[in-house]
Amino acid sequence: MSRPHDMGGRFGDGAVIPEPETPVFHIDWHPRALALTLACGALGKWNIDVSRHARESLSPTDYARFSYYEKWMAGLADLLAETGLVSREELSGQAPVQSGTSDRMLTADRVAGVLATGGPADRPSDIAQQFAPGDAVITRRKNGNRLVDGGHTRLPAYAAGARGRILRFHGTHILPDSSAHHLGDAAEPLYAVAFPASELWTHPEHPGDEVVLDLWQSYLEVAP
Amino acid sequence: MPHDHSDHPHSLLPSDPALRVRTLETILTRKGLVDPKALDEIIDTYAHRIGPRNGARVVVRAWTDPAFRKALMDDATPVVAEMGYYGRQGEHMVAVENTDEVHNMVVCTLCSCYPWPLLGIPPGWYKSDAYRARAVREPRKVLGEFGVTLPAGTAVRVWDSTAEVRYLVIPQRPDGTDGMSEEELMAFVTRDSMIGTGLAGRAA
Repeated sequence: MSRPHDMGGRFGDGAVIPEPETPVFHIDWHPRALALTLACGALGKWNIDVSRHARESLSPTDYARFSYYEKWMAGLADLLAETGLVSREELSGQAPVQSGTSDRMLTADRVAGVLATGGPADRPSDIAQQFAPGDAVITRRKNGNRLVDGGHTRLPAYAAGARGRILRFHGTHILPDSSAHHLGDAAEPLYAVAFPASELWTHPEHPGDEVVLDLWQSYLEVAP
Repeated sequence: MPHDHSDHPHSLLPSDPALRVRTLETILTRKGLVDPKALDEIIDTYAHRIGPRNGARVVVRAWTDPAFRKALMDDATPVVAEMGYYGRQGEHMVAVENTDEVHNMVVCTLCSCYPWPLLGIPPGWYKSDAYRARAVREPRKVLGEFGVTLPAGTAVRVWDSTAEVRYLVIPQRPDGTDGMSEEELMAFVTRDSMIGTGLAGRAA
């Protein structure tokens, strides 16, 4: 039920290597990969949850061997093929055919506006807020997508089945488990939930430490 | 639709990453789906115009203006938007403040969520497996790799950005900075101090 991206708490990854604030990009094709991904996103064929799921759906072998922006490029190529924007033949080297959707192309003059507008994730919802700050909750013990087998979810495996407390209410937000699969926004209450490190790890570093996750109401149950 | 086929379309592209990106750009440009000038514009934005100095300006104002600080802590999104810092990957902002009791630190264990309008594109280490895997389980060891040691009496609170809410850490104002101008204070606010892997006044 896990996918390779869900690595929080994993052992064996070695040291974190700090780096200075500049340069922002280290290899010349990295910014190109970033920009291509944003420009294609503007075509409107998928949302951020769909694109996250595309990267997560890489095979564990590819996920591990690809560098960060290689994952982005692989996810993008898969989405372009899946949505029919680019054919497998074109990816294989056959001469590209002019597309019929070119009117949606992101032009240079629209870039600033598109980036500045962003894509807010809050939406109205009919689902009533069930929890308030201070309430004790337990996350679902299995962290899989309940709508689609093997689908996208934002409850990390390390926090599944853990007891925490509601820290703050964020309002009602798009449920990624639904929107990643083109099943609609399905907005519901979203909370910041605090978990004691001792609840999550066998050997917590310090008794006072906590991890906070943003979790949707359907990921949570009332703690007994 | 989880697509778990062994022949992902991406495997049709050249294996060299630089060539792969160039091939994809060529296909998309020739199909009329991507404008190379738009790509240049996106790159220029994140390479030169949007970066951690935006967040530093927010931190300095929080240090020097109590009314601003209160408004920021109550609801950061409209406050930073008014300063011109809003947009992609910064639609829902929350500011969290370091104190003697709590040190905040931000990670995204599932991908690399990060407040772009305030801090720009995340550093390589933020996107690395090592940081994503370890920041939640052993934040103090990770902090040690950044040269930061916290007092035993300070609790660590790690924020795993699992939704579209983005967190900005407001580091503690360094001692001995009373009376400094906003411009002088800017120099103390490092990118890492706003992620929580550094302290204000100390370069990464």
